[in-house]
Amino acid sequence: MTEANIYKPYLMRIEKAIDEAPGIKTFRLLFVNEEEGKNFSFKAGQFGEYSVFGQGECTFCIASSPTRKGYIECTFRQAGRVTQALANQEEGEIIGFRGPYGNIFPIESWEKKSLLFIAGGIALPPLRCVIWNALDWRDRFKDITVIYGARTVADLVYKYELEEWSKREDLKLITTVDPGGETPDWKGEIGFVPTVLEKASPSSENTIALVCGPPIMIKLTLPVLAKLGFKPEDTFTTLENRMKCGLGKCGRCNVGKFYVCKDGPVFTLAQLNTLPAEY
Amino acid sequence: MQIEKKILKKGSLGKLFEKISASGRRILAPAQDGENIFFKEVSSPEQVARDYIQTTLSAKSAVFPACEKLFGYKFEGSQVKIEDRDLNFKPTVIFGLRPCDARSFSVMNQVFTWDYQDEFFKKRLENTAIIGLSCSKADQYCFCASVGGGPGDSQGSDILLTQIGSGDYLAEVITEKGKELVSIVPELFEPAEGEDKEKYLASMPKQFELKELSEKLPGLFNNPELWIEQSLRCLGCGACAFVCPACVCFDIQDEAKKEGGIRLRCWDSCGFSLFTLHTSGHNPREAQSQRWRQRVMHKFSYFNDRLGVIGCVGCGRCSRICPADMNLLEHLKAIAEAK
Repeated sequence: MTEANIYKPYLMRIEKAIDEAPGIKTFRLLFVNEEEGKNFSFKAGQFGEYSVFGQGECTFCIASSPTRKGYIECTFRQAGRVTQALANQEEGEIIGFRGPYGNIFPIESWEKKSLLFIAGGIALPPLRCVIWNALDWRDRFKDITVIYGARTVADLVYKYELEEWSKREDLKLITTVDPGGETPDWKGEIGFVPTVLEKASPSSENTIALVCGPPIMIKLTLPVLAKLGFKPEDTFTTLENRMKCGLGKCGRCNVGKFYVCKDGPVFTLAQLNTLPAEY
Repeated sequence: MQIEKKILKKGSLGKLFEKISASGRRILAPAQDGENIFFKEVSSPEQVARDYIQTTLSAKSAVFPACEKLFGYKFEGSQVKIEDRDLNFKPTVIFGLRPCDARSFSVMNQVFTWDYQDEFFKKRLENTAIIGLSCSKADQYCFCASVGGGPGDSQGSDILLTQIGSGDYLAEVITEKGKELVSIVPELFEPAEGEDKEKYLASMPKQFELKELSEKLPGLFNNPELWIEQSLRCLGCGACAFVCPACVCFDIQDEAKKEGGIRLRCWDSCGFSLFTLHTSGHNPREAQSQRWRQRVMHKFSYFNDRLGVIGCVGCGRCSRICPADMNLLEHLKAIAEAK
């Protein structure tokens, strides 16, 4: 990206395309210009503008960990015109990427703390970035717990990584699907995320909670976290307002005087409590 | 720099225009276009509109075009080649810009440079000199003095002209850029002896206390009755944003054919329901009243908090153009009085 044109994207080659779940894909992207790739760095929680030339741009997080260099990954649902076009791109094809934008999860300040990740459906990607970051720095943290739910078994993303995480002794993984979403050989929990969280009842002592999911899941999960003793300033989530520029200029992602693209996407519950409910 | 006062004879404008053009600059000035007055490229003062209170649009598009190519691209097999924009813009003199509009340039500048530097805007602004023109008349929609400006306000202008009794102009040379313009034809700018512009300016009383309004707004966010009542007539047409000299919100879109295309940035409006609509169908500002609240809060509260400027220059265009006859000044006065 030249300094002169902040709207000009990097060219990225789709190295790998993975079908995660119905309508959900993951791309691993390599920088076409290797020099740009070498100079690129980001931190957990940041996002970018992904573009299909001729169709436009769409906004989502970088789903891979900053500890894994040389590529970035994104996971997205085919929902609108641009994500539909993006999903139709094949391995080897070129897309655009602008970023990284936004603030970060302050993972470096969480040393010697336990981490509790709670995600629902397509909202695992922003946390997956932090989970791998934490696993790559495993000795800096105490317990790592991941609670992840989806409507059905088919809707779970990163199934291959869930498998891998379930075998690790340094990570406690609880997966769940909504009642009726299970398959005959399903070995995880059956129930909604807030219920499963309450049942698991993880300790809030010296623990950071990170919650990403559909609004209804977040709404019902926060009271459970409060009951478990998690403080609002230790509870993190991300906001996903519609964006165009990602640069704090185009004017649509603001929540009150805050720009989600500049002051977010990562917010603590303590911060959210002070914002107008415009997200 | 110290403001220098000069006299520019009415009859000297032709020579001034000629010399400015000869120096390689284009001149944009208000020109009649049917019932409208737009800033257009002109070469002589005869082409400049006379006797108007306000131009239909400001000269915003000179630094922030309604639709602007950000870059182009070509498809070459499975490859994509980006063709970056040339950021060399033609040096421009904007002649006859009202003080409110000149002020709006500093509002836009804050948005485009507060963090990431938008070189499209910056380079255009760098290449633009503004010869402002004070207002001797105003109408019931004007309220520049209530938002920090005034009919003879020099902020944003490089040279500010005020027509005085003789029909000649009192020229205040305000910036280095202004000085440079004068140096093209210094002989046209004669010494001014004790001329005072005040008596030639339109009367423009303050209609509300800006500081109080800005401080009050956050507390009115959760007052749905106020915003619903004010926006009941709003059609969500966005006309107010498109005529506003200080509105900078934009959209980014692609336009492409088989062999390649361009990425564009175009003016947008927070009054449109699509502005914040998520793909999921969720919309944080679902109702027109929420979008009206956003318009007022953004300009008079958020801008002030974040960028230290007010996103309104009191030009009155939004009220003049509104097909539903909404009047920003009246609404602001009502907010100032609301409990």
